[in-house]
Amino acid sequence: MKIRSQIGMVLNLDKCIGCHTCSITCKNVWTSREGVEYAWFNNVETKPGIGYPKNWEDQDKWNGGWVRKSDGNIEPKIGGKYRVLANIFANPDMPEIDDYYEPFDFDYQHLHTSPEVKHQPTARPRSVITGKRMEKIEWGPNWEEILGTEFEKRSKDKNFDNMQKQMYGEFENTFMMYLPRLCEHCLNPTCVASCPSGAIYKREEDGIVLIDQEKCRGWRMCISGCPYKKIYYNWKSGKSEKCIFCYPRIEAGQPTVCSETCVGRIRYLGVILYDADRIKEVASTPSETDLYEKQLEVFLDPNDPAIIAQARKDGIADSVIEAAQKSPVYKLAIDWKLALPLHPEYRTLPMVWYVPSLSPIQSAVDSNNLATIGKAGVIPDIRALRIPLKYLANLLTAGDEEPVARALERLLAMRAYKRAEHVEGVEDLQVLEDVGLTKLQADEMYRYLAIANYEDRFVIPSGHREMNVPEAYAEKSGCGFTFGNGCSDGASGVNMFGGKKVAKRDVIKTVNVG
Amino acid sequence: MLETSNLNFLLFGIYPYIAITVLFIGSWIRYDREPYSWKADSSQLLDQKGFRLASNLFHIGIIFILAGHFVGLLMPESIYHHFISSADKQLLAMVSGGFFGVLCLIGLVMLLNRRLNNPRVRAVSKSSDIFVLVLLLVQLILGLLTIFASMDHLDGSVMILLGIWAQSIVTLQGVQAAEAMVTVGLIYKLHVFVGLTMLLVFPFTRLVHVISVPVKYFVRNYQIVRQR
Repeated sequence: MKIRSQIGMVLNLDKCIGCHTCSITCKNVWTSREGVEYAWFNNVETKPGIGYPKNWEDQDKWNGGWVRKSDGNIEPKIGGKYRVLANIFANPDMPEIDDYYEPFDFDYQHLHTSPEVKHQPTARPRSVITGKRMEKIEWGPNWEEILGTEFEKRSKDKNFDNMQKQMYGEFENTFMMYLPRLCEHCLNPTCVASCPSGAIYKREEDGIVLIDQEKCRGWRMCISGCPYKKIYYNWKSGKSEKCIFCYPRIEAGQPTVCSETCVGRIRYLGVILYDADRIKEVASTPSETDLYEKQLEVFLDPNDPAIIAQARKDGIADSVIEAAQKSPVYKLAIDWKLALPLHPEYRTLPMVWYVPSLSPIQSAVDSNNLATIGKAGVIPDIRALRIPLKYLANLLTAGDEEPVARALERLLAMRAYKRAEHVEGVEDLQVLEDVGLTKLQADEMYRYLAIANYEDRFVIPSGHREMNVPEAYAEKSGCGFTFGNGCSDGASGVNMFGGKKVAKRDVIKTVNVG
Repeated sequence: MLETSNLNFLLFGIYPYIAITVLFIGSWIRYDREPYSWKADSSQLLDQKGFRLASNLFHIGIIFILAGHFVGLLMPESIYHHFISSADKQLLAMVSGGFFGVLCLIGLVMLLNRRLNNPRVRAVSKSSDIFVLVLLLVQLILGLLTIFASMDHLDGSVMILLGIWAQSIVTLQGVQAAEAMVTVGLIYKLHVFVGLTMLLVFPFTRLVHVISVPVKYFVRNYQIVRQR
C-alpha cells in the first residue's frame, strides 16, 4: 500500500442556482488573457444539453478517456503510444475553436465616438482572434443557458443514451439542472498519459494535476486525451493550459476561487487519502458500472489506526491526516454516499464529485396516490421526480441507477426527518432507517448541506511549502512567478527568441473621449 | 578569380561554422533561458480544414528528405561502395528525394496558403512563422531543381563532391570543404547556402520543435507523479 493524499471537491447540484459566479471569478483570476479568452477552467452547463465544447461527452467522436482492451489492460482511447506519436503532426481527435466558440468582444467605444445619428448606436461584435467584424455570433459559452436552443439539438446529449428521450422534449415533461464543471484532477488522468513531452503531472501531496509550461511543447494530445475537455490550447502561447485548482490558494489553506465565491455554498473541499498502488487495477475494472464502487475502495478510512500509521510512514503530515478525518468530501462521498463521480466510465477516477439534484415530483397533482418507499411512507418514489433517474445515472454512475436512487432518497429522508423535527416536533427515526442513515449522520448532513458553514465546507491543510525551502532567509526578496528567464516576467522589451513580444495585441481599438 | 575564391571560401568554408555555432549556442541559450518559448506553435485549433493532409504530407516528406540528406551526405564513399555504386546511389537519391520532395511540396504549399489566406491563422502568425515557411519553400524548390540538374551527370560525381564538402565540414576542414564546392553548379551552391541559412535562423524560430521529438514517451510510464 502506498498512501497519497488529495484535495477533492464535491459539488451539491441540488443547491446550484446556475449563477455562474464560479466561472466569472475563475476567469477574472486565471484566463482573462489573450489566447485563452475562449477557455473556461470552470464553466456551468445547463443539462440536458450538448455542453462546452460541443458534445464533449461523446467519446465516440472525441475519443477521450481510457478503453479497456481484451487483455484487461487499459490504454488511452486516442490510441497507444505509437498511435499518439503517429498523429503528432495533425491530431485527428482535436476540437476546433468553433467547437468551443470563436471568442468575441464588442465595439463599446463606438457608443462613445459615434456621431449624432438617427438611431441609437450599437456595440457590434468583433472576433478577438482576427479583430474582424462578426456579423452573427453562432455559439458562445453557455449557449444552452436554461434550455436555450431547440430540444432536437440539445437532445444529442450523450446522457440520453438508453432512454426514451422524445417525451422530455414536451413542455409538460421537460426538466433541467445545472452542471458546473472543472478539471477533475483524476487519480488516473488520461491527459497525463497522453502527453508526449511528459509535461503534465500529478502532485503527490495534494493530487493537483498541472501542466509544466516550460516542458509543454504544444503537441496537443492532452486536449484529446482528457474526456472532460478541460485542457485548453492557448493559441497565443502555443501551450496547453488547464484548471490549476488554485494551487497557490490551496497551499495556503484557502479554498479555490470557484469554491470561495460560490453564493449557493454548494462546493466542498477536503482531503481524501487513497491507495496509489490500486489505481491501475481499479481503473481496469471490467464492468463500467462497477467503477464507482471500485473507486470507493481506493479511498482509505482516515480514522483507521493502521491507515494512519501507514500514512505517516508514506510521509503524509499529521495536519493532512487530521484534515482527512474532518474532510467534508469524505463524509459526502464515502460516509453518506451522497456524492458520485462524473462519468466514471471514462476510467480516469475523477476527484470532483457531485451530489445529484432533487427535482419536483412529476405527478404532484395526484399526490394522495403517490407511491412512497419505506415504512415511514413519506419519501416519494424517486422515479416520480422530474429529472429522470436514468439521466442522472448516465451522468454520474455509468448508468447504474441504484447509487443515484440511494443518494436522492437519503437527501429526501434528511428533509423529512428535519421537517418532522421542526414542524411537527417529533423525531421520525423510521424515515432515516428506511434509507440506512443514523440520527447522527442525518444531523450532520443537515449541518453540512443546509447550513453549510464555511469551516465545514472547506477543510484544507496548508501545503507546508516552507518545507521545500532549506533556508527561508535566502528566499527573501526572490522572484515570484517568472517564465524561467531569471526574474523576468517574459515580457522584456528585447526578446530575440519569441519573435513577437508577449504583449497584448490591440485587437479592438479604444479611443479616449474628452 | 581570387575574389570568387574568397567568396567561395566564406560561403562554404566559414559560413557553415558560423551557422552551426549560432544553431548550437542559440538553441542552448533559448532552451535554458526561454523554455516557455520552446514549442511547436501549432495553429490546428484555429482551423482544421485540410490541415491533416497538409501537415502530414509536409512532415512525412521533410523527415524522409532530411534523413536522406543526413545519410547521403555524411556516409563516406569507402563505406557505401560496399553496397551501392555512386551512380546508383545518385539515382536512388534522385528518385526517393523527388518522391518525398513532391509530397513535402504539396503539403508545404497547402500550409503556406493556409497561413497567408486563412484570416484566423494569419492573424496569429508571427512574421517568423511566415518567413520559415517561405524559406522552406525556396529551399525545397531549389532542392527539386537539383534533380533536373543532376540528370546531366548521372555518374554521381557532383554528389561525391557535395559529400566531400559535408564530411570536410564535420571533420573541421574548412579549406578542403570550400575547395570541393568550387566546381559544382550554381543551383547546388544556392541550395547549400539556403540550407546553412536555415541552420542559422533555427534557434530564433518555431523550427526548434524539431529537436524536441518526444522519443522518451515510448519508455516512460503513463502516469507521472511529482514529489515536492
